[in-house]
Amino acid sequence: MRRVQILAVSLVAALVVVALTGVEAMIGTKPSLTASGLLLAGILIGGFLLDRFAQRRVRAWAYRERDDDLMVRRGVFITRLSVIPYGRMQFIDVVAGPIERAFGLATVRMHTAAAASDARIPGLQADEAARLRDHLAELGESKAAGL
Amino acid sequence: MSSVQKPFDTGVWHRLHPLSPLIRAGRVLVGVAVVFGGTLIQNSQDNRNGEVIRLGVAVILVALGAISWLVTRWRVEGNDLRIETGVLRRSSLRFPLAQVQAIDIVRPLVARIFGLSELRLRMGGATGHSGRLAYLTEGHADAVRAQLLAIGHGVAAETDESPERVLISVPVGRLIGSIVIGPAAIFLVVALTALIITAVLSPEAAVGIVGSSGAIGLGLAGFLWRRLNSGFNLTVAEAPDGLRVRSGLLDTTAETIPSGRVQAVRMIEPLLWRPLGWCRLEVDVAGRQRVEGENSQEGHQLRAVLPVGTRTEADWLLSRILPDAPVERVRPPLRARWKAPLRYRNLSWGHNETCAVTTTGRIARVTSWVPLTKVQSLRFVQGPLQRKLQLATIYLDTAGRSVHAAIRDRDADEARAQLGELTLLSRAARRTISARRAGAMPAEA
Repeated sequence: MRRVQILAVSLVAALVVVALTGVEAMIGTKPSLTASGLLLAGILIGGFLLDRFAQRRVRAWAYRERDDDLMVRRGVFITRLSVIPYGRMQFIDVVAGPIERAFGLATVRMHTAAAASDARIPGLQADEAARLRDHLAELGESKAAGL
Repeated sequence: MSSVQKPFDTGVWHRLHPLSPLIRAGRVLVGVAVVFGGTLIQNSQDNRNGEVIRLGVAVILVALGAISWLVTRWRVEGNDLRIETGVLRRSSLRFPLAQVQAIDIVRPLVARIFGLSELRLRMGGATGHSGRLAYLTEGHADAVRAQLLAIGHGVAAETDESPERVLISVPVGRLIGSIVIGPAAIFLVVALTALIITAVLSPEAAVGIVGSSGAIGLGLAGFLWRRLNSGFNLTVAEAPDGLRVRSGLLDTTAETIPSGRVQAVRMIEPLLWRPLGWCRLEVDVAGRQRVEGENSQEGHQLRAVLPVGTRTEADWLLSRILPDAPVERVRPPLRARWKAPLRYRNLSWGHNETCAVTTTGRIARVTSWVPLTKVQSLRFVQGPLQRKLQLATIYLDTAGRSVHAAIRDRDADEARAQLGELTLLSRAARRTISARRAGAMPAEA
């Protein structure tokens, strides 16, 4: 999911550079072909590296449903592992942006009473996201604990 | 039901004190006076015109106040308190009394002059309104509070409050001393000295500085004032429903910290206070939020149950709030110095079956206690530098807004093991609480 977005961003940037070169040529100022070529190459390489990073980031993202809590792991440089007891979940969001929707994906977000413990799992298949949401909501209700 | 005269009848609409709009507008009136004062002086030659304007404004204000008083009413319906208000946007708020965490009594200066006070209902949950009954006469407010609490607890309405036992009070001299050697006051002194030096060297520059830093100075003065006012004559007393904290110089408040609702406790020992052995103890309570209007800044901060006190006093008070706080603490491995050179000497943590404690802080030492029943989630975080050094941090997330308990820079293996253990312990603690609650429910009902 993230990969798609970042590739799209680098492609758009490359197109902008090409378009700028064209505009320069039309206005009549001598377009520096080598400069725009270098820029294009730089953007493509940058996009490629970002894409590699995004792949690692996606691979690092994992979750596990345990008996009493949900564990969410994420992060490449800064690794985070959250343990969220089902009984502490106040509500669960399923969010799908336009790009996510185009690929049939969704993000599940868990909220507890603590603002700091906001955890999310992006890039889930839509039906898996719905299943997880219902499952968590059900568990949360049966194990709910007061403040 | 007691035979004594009840403070109010349930199911009947009541009005607030007729002077309420005047007092609520107290601060606004000052602003209006400032704005109109200028115009009035300008119009002083044309005296009749000025009189007419003045009269018109007064009449409009009085009429608005009367309308606002007329449309505001409250009553108790079953177990709910209902407050209706507003003309154009009529709002009807319903507060289930069983969910009320505490009812505070607040007396701003103007209200005190007229012998009135405000009741503020604190509800659970991170959002939501807090109910205000502003204003009632002082004696009536106390009685209404007691009856509302009694209804909320499902007990027959008893008007007399159970007795309180004073635990601690803060001497005024020490409070002023603590503010004088606080960071804000030091900043003020440094800034003033700098200003005087600039004024001697070049007066024009000094004028410019004064003009541009007026807002900062005002903010700072306000901060110092709030510290003084909120800590003035502070006493902590033990009441059956929790700790009662009373304080105030001009605006007085009486706040209740319900037992079992404390999300976290924090003790701060600023560097400058350390030679004197002073510290500050604050508690974080769920459902304590900003109240729209007057004291909005106050709700944002933690409640200081001990604005300044000695370590012994703080320890003693802590033992009343969290009876079994862990005593033993362990320091992080020596290599954590590379990751946190300033923090290192303050870092440590400890835990027992029910409670965890962490200390941290670069300049001031901050100690946070978190009851494990209140832990919302646990996070294990490892940054790149920590990974190199084989260190990791565990965060204990609580529902409070300002206490961030973090077990910083522990050995990574130890942290991993502790994450598992803390998860188990907090689960067990949660179970005991729910079991106790389930057991207590039939008896209470």
